[in-house]
Amino acid sequence: MTTVETAPPRPAAGPLPKSRQKTGQYFAYGFLILSIIPILIGYAWLIVATVSFRTQGLLPRNAEGGIGGFTLSNWDFVFEGAIWSAMLNSLLIAVFMVIGVGIASTSGGYALSRMKFAGRKTFLTGTLVLHAFKAEMLLIAIFFVLRFLGDIPIIGGFIGFNTVGGVALVMVALELPLGIWLMKGFFDNLSWDMERAALIDGASRFRVWWQIMLPQVRPGIAALSLFTFIVGWNAYLVPFTFTIGAKVSNMPVFLNRLISDTAPTNWNLVAAVGLFQMIPLIIFFIFTQELLLNIYAGGTKGT
Amino acid sequence: MRVELDNLSKSWDDVIGADRITLDIADGELVAFLGPSGCGKTTTLLMVAGIYKPTGGTISFDGLVVNEVAPKDRGIGMVFQSYALYPHMSVFGNISYPLRLKKLDKGDIKEKVQAVADMMGIGDLLDRKIAQLSGGQQQRVALGRALVKQPDLLLFDEPLSNLDARLRLTMRGEIKRLQEDLGITSIYVTHDQVEAMTMADRIAVMSNGVLQAYDVPEALYDRPKTLFVAAFVGNPPMNFFDVDITRDNGDFRAKSDAIDLVLPRDRGEKAAAADGKVIMGMRPEDIDLVGDATPPAEGLTLDGEAVVVEPLGREDLVGISINGVEMRVLVDKTRGVAVGDTITLVFNTSRAQFFDPESEKSLLWA
Repeated sequence: MTTVETAPPRPAAGPLPKSRQKTGQYFAYGFLILSIIPILIGYAWLIVATVSFRTQGLLPRNAEGGIGGFTLSNWDFVFEGAIWSAMLNSLLIAVFMVIGVGIASTSGGYALSRMKFAGRKTFLTGTLVLHAFKAEMLLIAIFFVLRFLGDIPIIGGFIGFNTVGGVALVMVALELPLGIWLMKGFFDNLSWDMERAALIDGASRFRVWWQIMLPQVRPGIAALSLFTFIVGWNAYLVPFTFTIGAKVSNMPVFLNRLISDTAPTNWNLVAAVGLFQMIPLIIFFIFTQELLLNIYAGGTKGT
Repeated sequence: MRVELDNLSKSWDDVIGADRITLDIADGELVAFLGPSGCGKTTTLLMVAGIYKPTGGTISFDGLVVNEVAPKDRGIGMVFQSYALYPHMSVFGNISYPLRLKKLDKGDIKEKVQAVADMMGIGDLLDRKIAQLSGGQQQRVALGRALVKQPDLLLFDEPLSNLDARLRLTMRGEIKRLQEDLGITSIYVTHDQVEAMTMADRIAVMSNGVLQAYDVPEALYDRPKTLFVAAFVGNPPMNFFDVDITRDNGDFRAKSDAIDLVLPRDRGEKAAAADGKVIMGMRPEDIDLVGDATPPAEGLTLDGEAVVVEPLGREDLVGISINGVEMRVLVDKTRGVAVGDTITLVFNTSRAQFFDPESEKSLLWA
């Protein structure tokens, strides 16, 4: 109150000598470039392959073995209905997952972070343990659950076996432990004072969650949405297991159908479909990346 | 609004936050809850706010028990140490939030927010984002948000702790003036006794969840009822010595191996009632160097050695050892005391305090 102790000012550490700084930069860039080259080559190969009859290494070859032989015939699938129905199914699964996981994780994470109730600890450890069970181990049990759900009148047609809804439901359930823990972590980092202030200002508990707390965890919601969307979009095992026929298959399952055991596979077609599958993900990422990178924007000073 | 706490208690499993706090706050009064960290002052405040549910006792506003009333229905405004502003809203959004929840008319809200913001001197910042404000401005927004709904009771939870020293001084005066002008009953939680002494009409000193004393600031300073209050209130803190109270030739004396001081009759008599060993307390400003002009009376001086000298600007705080008994004394800077000097001190024993070493209660003001 009356005495303020201040440490004597320390001489500021000056910048490194120019030459050493430069060497360090070259080393860092060199390492980064070296490590990214194989990945870039892979992408380049994929793109080249989608517009060629066949490739040898990175080089497209024509029938005579010379360089050339570009074609757009690999992209003909775009004009067929099957790919669009697969894409729609992928989109439905992914969007349903983002919404389902988002709602359950933000509300569940908030409750686990802020409220005291019987079985809270058990639930927390329980979800963590359950996350250790891979989907593969649960397939048979889930099959029976879906069969049961399918027998429920009216809604059974949407969430039963061999429906997009059923696949999405299973995927949501498998993703929830991660989502709840992630959101709980974000809520744990928020100060209680803001919540108390809102309660005193006249907000109900639900309004506090909706108007005050959720906006603070927007980066968390964005991250979770992105992860969940990717998981849903690329989902293979669960849709492959619980759907029969092209009508309900999603993109990865569709892609897998192209690789046949009996007939020679057109790998250039597979590459084109694979690239096609990536496009929505890239768009989705572009829209959320700013939120992801601005995780600490909008925080208060002095907390 | 009149506030009464009656045996108010809060405990979690085996941790006691507040233990049977009983006090009353008159309408328009500013009461400070003062104590070290973890003494239960914030716990008590949050019970008054309705955030914590008491495990025992009652809180009454104007004679009505409000234990079960939700925070939003208690007519309170609260200012937090962390300001607790909503970072995703503008200044206007923050201050208007309580009014918007009340579903007031839009024009009405605008008018009220502008009035409060002008009063707080932030009328031109309403469109700003919270992150664009300085700490002092944020604190004003928080205060504005608490005031805008015209509460009957204002609660402050260490509102100035996050501000720098100069700003703290300004805001201290401002809050006090505002509170007096508006006449709002207020509770002010702080660990800073200077803040409590300068702002509060009455101070409730707490430690370990127990209310130690509740009185006007001067009384706490001059007539501390417990050893804790004597030690906590006042800066620099009071000096304490273990002494025996003896009586010879009608004079009461405080004696130990190092100390032998004559006591005034009224204080000596009460101190002697404890029959034997007592703790004697002397504030640093009640001990002084012997002046050249006025030779002090017999039995009020002791010789000691200066072991530490801390310049405070106007005065020096000198640590003195008298035969191994340490004490701190405020000395005029011009006396130029240096470490190692042997000096003669005069004790103003008419302001000495005495405490029972067992119960730690005052022998003078029981």
